[in-house]
Amino acid sequence: MEPINFEAVQKTANNIRKRVLEHTVKNNGGYLSQACSAAEIVAALYSGLVKLNPLSEPLAPELFKGVPSKNFTDYRTGAVFHGAQSSDTDRLIISPAHYALVIYTALIETKRLREDGLDFFNKDGYSVEMIGAEHSPGFETTTGSLAQALSQAGGIALARKLKKETGKVWVFMSDGEFQEGQTWEALAAINYHGLDNVKIIVDVNRNQCDGPMDSVMTIEPLAQRIKSFGWQVDVIDGHNLREMYGAGSKQTLKPQAILAYTDPMKNIEILKERLPVLHYVRFSSEAEREKYQDFYKAWSL
Amino acid sequence: MSIEIVSRPHVENFINWSKDKPKVLVLSADLTNSCEVGKWRDTYPERFFSMGMAEQNMLGFAAGLAREGFEPWLHTFAVFLYRRPLDQLQMSIAYPNLPVRLVGFLPGITTPGGVTHQAIEDVGVLRGVPNLTILETGDATEIESVLDVAHAIDGPVYIRMLRGEVSRLFDKSEPMEFNSARVLSQGSDLTLLTSGITTEEAMRATKVLRERGVGIEHLHISTLKPFTDEKVLAALHKAQKGIITMENHSVIGGLGSTVAEVMAENAIGKPLVRIGLQDTYAHGASQKYLLEHYSLDAMALIKRVEALLDKELDIKPEDIPSAREISVHSSAKVEAL
Repeated sequence: MEPINFEAVQKTANNIRKRVLEHTVKNNGGYLSQACSAAEIVAALYSGLVKLNPLSEPLAPELFKGVPSKNFTDYRTGAVFHGAQSSDTDRLIISPAHYALVIYTALIETKRLREDGLDFFNKDGYSVEMIGAEHSPGFETTTGSLAQALSQAGGIALARKLKKETGKVWVFMSDGEFQEGQTWEALAAINYHGLDNVKIIVDVNRNQCDGPMDSVMTIEPLAQRIKSFGWQVDVIDGHNLREMYGAGSKQTLKPQAILAYTDPMKNIEILKERLPVLHYVRFSSEAEREKYQDFYKAWSL
Repeated sequence: MSIEIVSRPHVENFINWSKDKPKVLVLSADLTNSCEVGKWRDTYPERFFSMGMAEQNMLGFAAGLAREGFEPWLHTFAVFLYRRPLDQLQMSIAYPNLPVRLVGFLPGITTPGGVTHQAIEDVGVLRGVPNLTILETGDATEIESVLDVAHAIDGPVYIRMLRGEVSRLFDKSEPMEFNSARVLSQGSDLTLLTSGITTEEAMRATKVLRERGVGIEHLHISTLKPFTDEKVLAALHKAQKGIITMENHSVIGGLGSTVAEVMAENAIGKPLVRIGLQDTYAHGASQKYLLEHYSLDAMALIKRVEALLDKELDIKPEDIPSAREISVHSSAKVEAL
């Protein structure tokens, strides 16, 4: 890994929050708390933590050209935004597709998606969809039905081992997905087949659609549970970039899970007023929207 | 009617077929010998992956492998490929149009395993899945030749597969062809479309029916989706008195429903009789018993023909060639679960 300019990556993370806030104010809604919790994670993923080839210039948001089929022969996935693939580059699979706005924003901030990319977000006829699928920027597979990405990643990792490729398979996950049985099937299988080329990083923001996870279905003690499935587990502060790069660059003999504990209101404290439900922010009044607008204008990070 | 019985044709055939295809992998969910790939595993251990009893994950792994250029052939009971992991089948495999081969054993009432093991509505469930091709085997020749048919398809394929002791109805020189019905007899009174194990039952009946002067255009169907074979449309037009479908499946959503759609779209206004499970689950018993109990056998077909023609044909059970005249002794454990 290249030496990391932590200050620059932190700046990217801050910009992700700011841009998502701007978008949320403009569109009267958005997955804002996910930007608060995951800004450092996705900034790091696209800033050297995952080995991706750079692009010569940011790609333009694309029109939706159709779903995959045998008749659509030049179909391309959102992996093109991750640069040219080779045997030693990593794959990056985004599991919680409702983080799409955060992912597109990270792609913009890391010069992979054109600056005006969010102008096409959720716009009819474009691939920059609200819940990404594999035609959307940054999406290598279709994963919006939660917990399916890890199994797919296991298959990709197994294939890469069979092909003697050295690149890793990274999976960005949300903590709610550990309520799904398939996640545990995948954890067992990836360990059983010795796929030490899999690395997952989890945004443990402890919130889900209905509210705080503890009020829906607890997943703790998460680290112990994953460890007992034979994985290397690292628990970090998900807003601390040094911890994140430290854990992420470890050479492990087992598949690795990095549990990044995060604050879903990080840097946008007024979100506290919306507790206990943070999953999707839609303003209930013009006054509330203006409050967020003022917060955005005063942003000085 | 003496029919050759072949013991476990998939075992050796699949091994030989896979020899020069290094991208072909097998994934299994703890039913390896039950799905006749135990010897395949021992022959190609580096291409065989045990996924445990975890089908949702197995389908996801298959998707990842297919995305990277491999051709995974999943072997398990049909029910465990589309009931439990339907979301994974759709989102991980079918949506991206990945070349995953879902080899589903124990279609319909071919197992005494009862309701948990009998895939009676799989075609109905899966016909609505875009990008998916659905094939069904009806004899040993089709078990052998379905491999080439599936292999050639750019996209996911679901196969209703037979195992154990199976009849050879079609000569080895006449392999299964994609989206192409086999015309087994010609006639213009009735058109009869059958699939899977019901074809053998139908062949027992049609022999006697023809002797009694009933003209039957009999087509054996092995591609259930897509369903665009011109031979089928021609046969539907040809029937003067009516059309009969016969399937080892619920009459809802399978061959009978598919034929009804084609008839409606082409304004073919004739009586349609759908033989199959009449919107019911089945229970565990022998295939012979279940075929008779649920009116899926040769005698059931004859009764429906009589009703359709409004004519007594005076056919007694002893007039029908007996089922499965085993001409070869076999040690295949047909019903090992």
